[in-house]
Amino acid sequence: MSDQKINNERRNLILATSAAGGVAMAATAVPFVASLAPSERAKAAGAPVVADIGKLAPGEKMVVKWRGKPVWILRRTPEMLASLEKVAEKISDPASEKSEQPEYARNTARAIKDEYLVVVGICTHLGCSPSDKIKPGAEEGMSADWQGGFFCPCHGSQFDLAGRVFKSMPAPTNLEIPPYTYLSDTSILIGEDSKEA
Amino acid sequence: MKTRVIKLFKRLATVALFAPAMAFAASGAHLDEAPVSTDHASLQRGARLFVNYCLNCHGASAVRYNQLQKIGLDEKTITDNLLFTGEKIGDMMTIAMTREDAEAWFGTAPPDLSLIARAKASASGSGADYLYTYLRSFYRDPTRPTGWNNTVFANVGMPHVLWDLQGEQTLKETSGADGHTAHELALTKPGSMSQGEYDQAVADLVSFLVWMGEPDAGSRKTIGIFVLVFLAGFYVLTHALGKNYWKDIH
Amino acid sequence: MAANSNYEKYQSDGTLLGNALEWVDARFPATSMWKAHLSEYHAPKNFNFWYFFGSIALVVLVIQIVTGIFLTMNYKPDGTLNADGIPRAFASVEYIMREVAGGRFIRYFHSTGASAFFIVVYLHMFRGMLYGSYRKPRELIWIFGVLIFLCLMAEAFMGYLLPWGQMSYWGAQVIINLFSAIPLVGPDLSLLIRGDYVVSDVTLNRFFALHVIAVPLVLIGLVVAHILALHEVGSNNPDGVEIKKFKNDKGVPLDSVPFHPYYTIAHDLPAMVIFLIVFCAVVFFAPEGGGYFLEYNNFLPADPMKTPEHIAPVWYFTPFYSMLRAMVWNFFWLEAKFWGVVAMGGGVVILAFLPWLDRSPAKSIRYRGPIFKTLLAIFIVGFLILGFLGTKAPGYYFFGYAPAANPDGSTAFSPLNYLLSGDLIAQIFTVYYFLFFLTMPYWSKIDKCKPVPERVTFK
Repeated sequence: MSDQKINNERRNLILATSAAGGVAMAATAVPFVASLAPSERAKAAGAPVVADIGKLAPGEKMVVKWRGKPVWILRRTPEMLASLEKVAEKISDPASEKSEQPEYARNTARAIKDEYLVVVGICTHLGCSPSDKIKPGAEEGMSADWQGGFFCPCHGSQFDLAGRVFKSMPAPTNLEIPPYTYLSDTSILIGEDSKEA
Repeated sequence: MKTRVIKLFKRLATVALFAPAMAFAASGAHLDEAPVSTDHASLQRGARLFVNYCLNCHGASAVRYNQLQKIGLDEKTITDNLLFTGEKIGDMMTIAMTREDAEAWFGTAPPDLSLIARAKASASGSGADYLYTYLRSFYRDPTRPTGWNNTVFANVGMPHVLWDLQGEQTLKETSGADGHTAHELALTKPGSMSQGEYDQAVADLVSFLVWMGEPDAGSRKTIGIFVLVFLAGFYVLTHALGKNYWKDIH
Repeated sequence: MAANSNYEKYQSDGTLLGNALEWVDARFPATSMWKAHLSEYHAPKNFNFWYFFGSIALVVLVIQIVTGIFLTMNYKPDGTLNADGIPRAFASVEYIMREVAGGRFIRYFHSTGASAFFIVVYLHMFRGMLYGSYRKPRELIWIFGVLIFLCLMAEAFMGYLLPWGQMSYWGAQVIINLFSAIPLVGPDLSLLIRGDYVVSDVTLNRFFALHVIAVPLVLIGLVVAHILALHEVGSNNPDGVEIKKFKNDKGVPLDSVPFHPYYTIAHDLPAMVIFLIVFCAVVFFAPEGGGYFLEYNNFLPADPMKTPEHIAPVWYFTPFYSMLRAMVWNFFWLEAKFWGVVAMGGGVVILAFLPWLDRSPAKSIRYRGPIFKTLLAIFIVGFLILGFLGTKAPGYYFFGYAPAANPDGSTAFSPLNYLLSGDLIAQIFTVYYFLFFLTMPYWSKIDKCKPVPERVTFK
């Protein structure tokens, strides 16, 4: 009888202590797991950046760093924009239905203003940064019918001048378009949607 | 109520651990006790003084401007009132002056102030006490290159940047009956603030410096209360369990 | 039966888990380790609170290792200055404190843990002295323990350089220069430790390597050896009697209980919670420990051009630091500086000889005579005073006393000038510290012990 009582009490106490111990372990884990998340410095570095596009000549590309990633700004010539239509049938996701971009960039040129392409220069396959193969034709070591675009050196994915991936390439989707907005005709804020929108 | 509990815990922890050492603690130079506040209004006034008077020569390179949201300032106020042109709210509170220039101009580079309130603590008093006394102890001294000296920090390199607020003090030597000379500061040229106002301004500034030393000290103590209460409960459980086991042993 | 197993292998009860356990146990001595070290390790049943500190030391070791691993993820052992003129190592510590979520708790746990480790280990060692736990057949446990203590000192010393504050820098500078006092090889040895002519970025990098991997590996190895040696001969107890003399028909000592669960859960777990309450009270409410756990001057970045006015090592080194400073006489052809180093090192090393210095018929203080009790009490008081004086600058006088002076300024003859002089008292207790050990073979033998009972006393 008395042993029975001790055993019941012991079982209850073991359960309660284990539960409380579990809570303690979980609470202790909080600062350790939290410390693995991006720090204040990383968050500050992820703040929106302003890019001055005033000096960008037609056909030229510039790179700005946003959240530690390269963001390309390509000023496209009318010929370049025309090439997008030419390659459309070879593109895996021509209307960017499966790809990541803000609503305002879900169009053929994948841009707010067609002239300027703003795109995250990171291949959607495994994270390499594709190289420029902007000039058309075999000049840059691509095939003769190449219309200009980008080529990922890691696994060979090819993209057109709107960052759209060609069919049968390792990359699953088009290059990501970051949120951005025009502060003026010559400056773009990358990382933030337009406040009015 | 909460802050009182926190203070009690803090005192108990310190006293319990260091009672023996404290009994022997030597008394050094006299420092006035700083009325440190954690009140947001006071900290915000201190932040303004800091940005306007200190942040030209001293950096606070461990502190981001956006951390000031923790003392109740919103993003817009910080951007409009406290940032210099071209700085972003996520930037550190740094200065443009290089160490080389500073050494050339002042003889020694002005120290970074992120941790100054923690570094200046000593047996004589807390870091806040030191800063509070120091910032109120400048006096005119024509023999110094800057024209200023300080009773807490002899031959200080820093001029009295708050002089337009406090006014000018001079050091008066008085000889007591026992032949010992004593030194006393007297206000000879009033500034834009009364003495009471100036003391309050310095208290605000010092409170802000203390806050900068560890911006999250408040939440640390709050979490601490929960931890200790939980552990006390956990002890009751484990103690009962232990008692239960030892009933087996005769 | 396998080579390293004296226990029956686990037999499955037919369930999936049982089968898995049987599979593992046939290939790994799981059951045998569990039984040998926990459930069938027969510990004396009369442990008191002094026996908590071994387990608690293990808890602190785990805290230090886990927090240490997470600190290395953001710490940078780099003594060069960043754009703001702050050494990168120093800035990275503040980065952990402010910018890494939860980083301040991890860092405070680690910095408080360092002091807690020494508090716990000093109490653990004192327990050994109280109950004669170092006596035959436990000499090797004690020696492993002294080596652990030495490792801890090295670990703490090198870890203290990493925040790269003023105390880190100048403390390391002074301690490394101690080695230069060793005749012939000293100066070169100091140079080899620093890797530079002053403490520099090079020193910081190698101390980081030693602190985070080399010394911890040795430390863990020694802790394992310490516990294996203990479990080989069995634990001592507050009565200092051997429980293995009286066993039941299964060979289990009559005065024993299984270590698990009677000590693990039922004895040490509540003690661990009490320890954590004190520990967390410091971490959350007074992480600077009144300037003893985190020294105020260490909130200033290291400046090789400017020494702080008063340098003292962290509190856990101060008893031995006092012994170092107490040596002010040149002996033979060697200067006082060398003898200071000898006193400091000797103060630790002499502990290792304790098992052979003690010749008392009784192990435990419960049955030892008045000579031991008196001398041990003075020893402890002296050790604490040495520790206190080590935090003070030389020329310290107790109770704020100012030494009496003649009109011409020379020191006058006054008894208080001697009685209250920290320097003199440190010298007296340093001499006492060594005499306590060196004369122990004599006084421990003649001390009047009480009769030791055959079996443990247990209420």
